[in-house]
Amino acid sequence: MSRRTPLGRALGLGSAKEGVQHWWSQRTSAVALIPLGLWFAVSLVLLATDGGLDHAAVTAWIASPVHAVLLLLLVATACHHSRLGVQVVVEDYVHLEWAKVASLLLSTFVHFLLAAAGLYAILRIAFAGAGA
Amino acid sequence: MANHTRPLSPHLQVYRWQLTMVLSITHRATGLVLSAALVPLVGWLLAAATGPEAFATANAILASVPGQLMLAAVSFAFYYHLCNGIRHLVWDAGWWLDIPEVYASGWSVVAAAIVLTVLTWAAIWGLLGGAS
Repeated sequence: MSRRTPLGRALGLGSAKEGVQHWWSQRTSAVALIPLGLWFAVSLVLLATDGGLDHAAVTAWIASPVHAVLLLLLVATACHHSRLGVQVVVEDYVHLEWAKVASLLLSTFVHFLLAAAGLYAILRIAFAGAGA
Repeated sequence: MANHTRPLSPHLQVYRWQLTMVLSITHRATGLVLSAALVPLVGWLLAAATGPEAFATANAILASVPGQLMLAAVSFAFYYHLCNGIRHLVWDAGWWLDIPEVYASGWSVVAAAIVLTVLTWAAIWGLLGGAS
């Protein structure tokens, strides 16, 4: 016989107050990163073998609408997935409460910074032809 | 605080090393490598957005010996984490959970990660002769 309240059982959030949200978010981003990651790896190899990675070839490749959108998705999803993974590692190994909270804050800020910088770079290259 | 007079579960170092535990910790380690690799990825995109000189500098760093070693490590980490991540998703679906399947899929992940890494670098160095 469970001693949990009916409300607690209905909400299903457990002692961590976030339920299975982290688990699902990690799996969803993992599934998305399979095609995105393979696409990016193949693209990098093709870029490196075709154009020798010169600036004009790479920016033209990024500026193509399909590539720009996929690259935005890749950077955003990779940063999200990375943040979720680093969070689990920190929670597993950092036991001092203040150090754990500080590590999680730092990881969150760095991941948002990387995402913002990466998305800005892609958008700037993508819009450079239209604006300036 | 923990009461250290109680019996503790055996420490990691008294276990005989097994494939499953090596692959498990390698998944976490390669995940952290890929998290760290977000920094050079975003830096490379920012350099491309900045201009030809900055992009040439970024590519020169990546083409140096430490840069190439870093890229080799990141490429293996990417393929390992990708393949073993798929193995984890299959487990999440409830399949391949018997010990023989765990070992067969584990060795397959190791083989696939090595083969994909070698193929990638063979393609970049023009050893496959296909793209010309």
